[in-house]
Amino acid sequence: MTVTEYQKSAYIASQAADVRVNFQLESDDDGMTLNMGPQHPATHGTLRVIVRLDGEKVVWADPAPGYMHRGYEKLCEVRDYAQVTTLINRIDWLGSFANEVPFILAAEDLMGIEAPPRAQYIRTVLFEMARIANITLFLGDMAAQLGAVTPVFYAFRDREYVLNLIESATGGRFHPNFDRIGGLKDDLPKGWIDETKLVMRRIRGFCDEMDDLLTGNRIFEARTRGIGVVPRGIALEYGLSGANARASGVDFDIRRDEESPLPWRQLDWKVWTHPDGDSFARFWVRQQEVRESTKMVEQLLDGLPAGPIRAKTPARIRVTAGETWVHTENPLGEMGYYVVSDGSPGGPFRCKIRTPSFSNVSIVPWLLRGVYVPDVITILASLYFILGDIDR
Amino acid sequence: MAPEADGPGATATEEAPTGPPEPPAPTPRHAEIVEVLRAALGEGFCEHAYSARDAWVRVTPAAWLEAARACRDQLDLAYLCFIAGLDWKQADLGAEKLWDPEESPAAAPDDGPGHWVTGVAGGETRFQVFARLYDVVRHVGITLKADAGDGPTEAQPDGAPRAESWVPLFRGAEWHEREAWEMYGIEFEGHPGLRHLYLPGEFEGHPLRKDFPLLARELKPWPGLVNVEGLPGEEGDEGEEAAE
Repeated sequence: MTVTEYQKSAYIASQAADVRVNFQLESDDDGMTLNMGPQHPATHGTLRVIVRLDGEKVVWADPAPGYMHRGYEKLCEVRDYAQVTTLINRIDWLGSFANEVPFILAAEDLMGIEAPPRAQYIRTVLFEMARIANITLFLGDMAAQLGAVTPVFYAFRDREYVLNLIESATGGRFHPNFDRIGGLKDDLPKGWIDETKLVMRRIRGFCDEMDDLLTGNRIFEARTRGIGVVPRGIALEYGLSGANARASGVDFDIRRDEESPLPWRQLDWKVWTHPDGDSFARFWVRQQEVRESTKMVEQLLDGLPAGPIRAKTPARIRVTAGETWVHTENPLGEMGYYVVSDGSPGGPFRCKIRTPSFSNVSIVPWLLRGVYVPDVITILASLYFILGDIDR
Repeated sequence: MAPEADGPGATATEEAPTGPPEPPAPTPRHAEIVEVLRAALGEGFCEHAYSARDAWVRVTPAAWLEAARACRDQLDLAYLCFIAGLDWKQADLGAEKLWDPEESPAAAPDDGPGHWVTGVAGGETRFQVFARLYDVVRHVGITLKADAGDGPTEAQPDGAPRAESWVPLFRGAEWHEREAWEMYGIEFEGHPGLRHLYLPGEFEGHPLRKDFPLLARELKPWPGLVNVEGLPGEEGDEGEEAAE
């Protein structure tokens, strides 16, 4: 296998340069082209949106992702299964543990292994805590995009408690890398359960605080109600998932709808939907999602079964040849791994990573057409994407 | 497919495994979906496969768009999960990824036009497109596959894999197909404009093809399996065996 000089220089150039010859930045009408990002705070990373304006109105908008493309699908092919979890932790970095679970479930599915019940419960607890850590930040950040500074400090303050708990259980604040094929790396530390229950109460208090500060606030409502409406059919065509789909009236939550080794279906909780499909609905649905998650964590901790946390697995993982698709309801929406294994001792032959933000952002050209410039920010913030999750 | 295979975690039963494992029974809805697709596509329907909770259908390249239409309009599979490419060429990517030559020298891949080792639901060509559609009301999904051609071969050095675009049916297909074009070079006919999504505009090559070198590996070789030692006390601990 040879590498041409051109490929080498293209590789180096791709690391640093911003050369995107494909984008037609100038066109014939007398509008103006505005570059939003890649450094805009509403973009949660480095999304660049090229917006063509006619006065204050958007004529077309073209998101240009890729500033953070790390090629995980390629890298997965040259690492073994245990090493892949390190990579996929960095896809949605605000809810990292939730990225590991579907991949590990896919590998377990191929190998025919099932983790013991205690491991499944702890996985679910950490999964839901990742969701809480992720969406808490959204609730504060959404307000920050509208000019309200207080909520974002509350969000960072309360997310810290959740992150501390995740850290004390897994050793990693942002990137736990805690899930293993056949179970978990470790059991929960002493005293963790009581502390977690306290924090869950605190998070519910945070949601109430957000209610006081934002819901019903005239500025907040004026800037989000009826802005960025996504109808149900369009949401399905673009593959919107998670709270974005539920805010458009799509009653779809994989935790409730599908059989899973994780015990979501044994818990008492509710999937909230909203018929409006606007920015406010997306905010509201996420807020309810956090509340439900805190209840789930409490129920899981109350019913935590005793027993081992790891099934017996061979020391060197060799995943049976085959193909499988496993998806879960991640903080941002439907995340799934299509894993093709060739039965070799190395990693997957092909690992297609379906990330929610990719589809959630692909709707942006459709959604931004005809809106006003300040609403662009609200809509992008309410769609809630994470750049690592788009670019992979 | 795999859950039925005898993996290390499979429970030991009395019956000795004779021949290939019994294919698992499909769920009723998956069986229904496959039958409707078979009726709707006629000769376009190639092959299907089931696992305990999933189904695969492979269609001819000419029926790729028609299959999506039947899924969306007749079967309520209206939610587009993803569209992606697959490359079945076996290639050394700079890590011990492939078959183990010492363990099974006969298994060395002998691939080329006409004899690619393809996955579930088969296929004849090196490149395939596959997509996942989902029914958000009944909560079932299926994977559709279609052959996309061999790409560049000795006879046709600049041949490109091809597939029909799904953009007329699913608006969201636009980005997925741009990604598949960028990563595998699959030309989607009917797509409004295939251009780079992630990579810089002048980027040359299709990174997820198996013959695209992974530059990080070329410049700095990965230790790979060389460094992996058997754990103490593990069965078949290679270190101990060597010492004995």
